[in-house]
Amino acid sequence: MAEGAQDSESGAATSGAVAIETRDVTKLFGSGETEIRALDGVSLTIRENEFFTLLGPSGCGKTTLLRLIAGFDHPTKGQILLHGQPIGHLPPYQRPVNTVFQNYALFPHMTVAENIGFGLEMLGKPRSEIKATVAQMLRLVKMEALASRRTDQISGGQQQRVALARALAPHPQVLLLDEPLSALDYKLRKEMQIELKRLQHETGITFVFVTHDQEEALTMSDRVAVFNQGRVLQVGPPHEIYDHPCERFVADFIGDTNFLKAEVLAADGQRAKLRLASGAEISAALPENIDADGQVTIAVRPERAVLCPQGKTALLHGELHNIVYCGTDTHYHLTLPDGGPFMARVQNTRSGQALFGLGEKVGIAIEPEAIQVLRD
Amino acid sequence: MADTRGLARSVMRPRSFSVRKQTGFTEMAVICFVLLYAPLVPLVVYSFNAGVSLAFWEGFSLRWYVAAWENELVQDATIRSIYLASTASVIATCLATMAALGTTRTRPYRGLTTIYAMINQPLMVPEIVTAVALLILFASVKTVTDYHGMGYLILAHTAFCIPFAYLPIRARLEGMDLTLETAAADLYATRWQTFRRVTLPLLWPGILAGLMLAFVISLDDVVITELVKSAGQDTLPTYMLGQLRRVITPEVNAISSVLLAVSVAMVTIFFFLNRRIR
Ligand SMILES: Nc1ncnc2c1ncn2[C@@H]1O[C@H](COP(=O)(O)OP(=O)(O)OP(=O)(O)O)[C@@H](O)[C@H]1O
Ligand SMILES: [Mg+2]
Repeated sequence: MAEGAQDSESGAATSGAVAIETRDVTKLFGSGETEIRALDGVSLTIRENEFFTLLGPSGCGKTTLLRLIAGFDHPTKGQILLHGQPIGHLPPYQRPVNTVFQNYALFPHMTVAENIGFGLEMLGKPRSEIKATVAQMLRLVKMEALASRRTDQISGGQQQRVALARALAPHPQVLLLDEPLSALDYKLRKEMQIELKRLQHETGITFVFVTHDQEEALTMSDRVAVFNQGRVLQVGPPHEIYDHPCERFVADFIGDTNFLKAEVLAADGQRAKLRLASGAEISAALPENIDADGQVTIAVRPERAVLCPQGKTALLHGELHNIVYCGTDTHYHLTLPDGGPFMARVQNTRSGQALFGLGEKVGIAIEPEAIQVLRD
Repeated sequence: MADTRGLARSVMRPRSFSVRKQTGFTEMAVICFVLLYAPLVPLVVYSFNAGVSLAFWEGFSLRWYVAAWENELVQDATIRSIYLASTASVIATCLATMAALGTTRTRPYRGLTTIYAMINQPLMVPEIVTAVALLILFASVKTVTDYHGMGYLILAHTAFCIPFAYLPIRARLEGMDLTLETAAADLYATRWQTFRRVTLPLLWPGILAGLMLAFVISLDDVVITELVKSAGQDTLPTYMLGQLRRVITPEVNAISSVLLAVSVAMVTIFFFLNRRIR
């Protein structure tokens, strides 16, 4: 485990056997002054038949990790295991792992069908088997009609599907996908997300999916690993990552969040009694590995805050300075007495006026479950 | 030579902006084309002259072509030229391909720039200097070994053909997407299979361009050949040079015209092949 990262066991619809394990993998590029720590002690367990997502901002080391798993590069330190066997000594062409590249990397001098059959051909499969598998793959990605097209004569979405079929054809044990949808437009991306989920379900292959799009990660994954600067911050199913982010970075990177300062009054390991800046006291669950004394930061999702008239149910008070109507919901931007910002998202259940007017002082009610204490 | 230079550029990456809209572009282009091709017109026209003069038109005839065709010295020089150019260009292209792979498909290493400069050295050193150097070197080798065959010419031509073959191949390799080779390795292709199935087919137009450039450069060479050749080893250009020193007849025009036609044909074939591969 990366230092302090949480690895949740719940939520994944998998058999439970481990497909890929990385043990304390570190990757350095360059040396001396220009040394870059692309990966820093990454320990992950990816289970068989799992849709596992690596999520993080640009440059955080996602591609580097995929390259290490595929064998295009070697870790500076640490080990990578496939089904419990170390694979560090195997060249890429001996690893039962295939990649869908960010730019697809289709062979321009081959047809769609030849591209898809390439891996099987290299494995020395008989011609008849190659033909049958290619036909099956073409059906799977709905590209039968374009089998003999050259790859520069098909659209971006079709290229993406060919890249997918090419990587799936040899039936790898693990499929690595490096931001395969980032080059597609919004509508096509939505379609392909569903398609990918379907393919993963039908083939039963472990998918390791890389994205920097948090929404994509939440909608598609069985589990998500959030990366930053080469380190794994948190691993867990989407709802857990969203509802219980353990670090400020995770809470900030995924969805919108309000951050508040709080003082720990008492803690018993599981729960803590907190006092907010407003003076209100509340009890909240404590995450593991946290030294709960003194000041902590808490996170509250905008949709978990309830606006109410000023009164005793309100935990906080704020002055409304902006209201943004967003169709399905309305965003209320408030200023807290200490000057800090706070945002509440209220679903629009019926059309009409906003609940409150600009400049009005309103109360903010927050349930204890909606409060997440963060590790700073 | 204008054709071969255009050929070299065609395999390098095209420029994306358009200068065609600039004022004076058309005029400049016309002037360039006239300067390049106008001198060729009288050469070709007078190769069909029925008379012996290069200045007076005495009617149409193919007599100089027939004369050149039946001239045993010309036949001999032509065969030698083709043999020399093919051998040297094939060897040079093989070496250049390896050199290009060695300078693009490795991590940057110390001395890479030096190697790059060394490969291109024949482009910088004046040809006459190389020629004299080879003359002196081979003279001593000849006295020691008593070998007077074509080996010297082949060696010399291979050497100066390498950079011409190297440049288009390297340009092609650098323009190639490296992830294609990574993808092949990912799909269970060994290094050799990756080279055979992905790198080589994509490199092919570059190799072909390099080969044709090297061939034409070798075919065209006078200075080095003149100084390196032993007695009776005339190539077509050195034979023509020798002829020009004596009597000038339209036979030289006829030979030049055929050479011109061959090089135009080669460039055309190259573009045709290149289009089909793309
Ligand atoms: N070959 C290399 N040499 C030097 N530094 C590298 C190399 N490859 C990656 N890096 C550095 O390692 C870090 C992680 O890179 P990586 O490509 O893994 O990021 P990423 O998470 O995939 O980003 P993106 O979302 O932009 O693709 C970056 O700071 C990058 O500059
Ligand atoms: Mg990347």
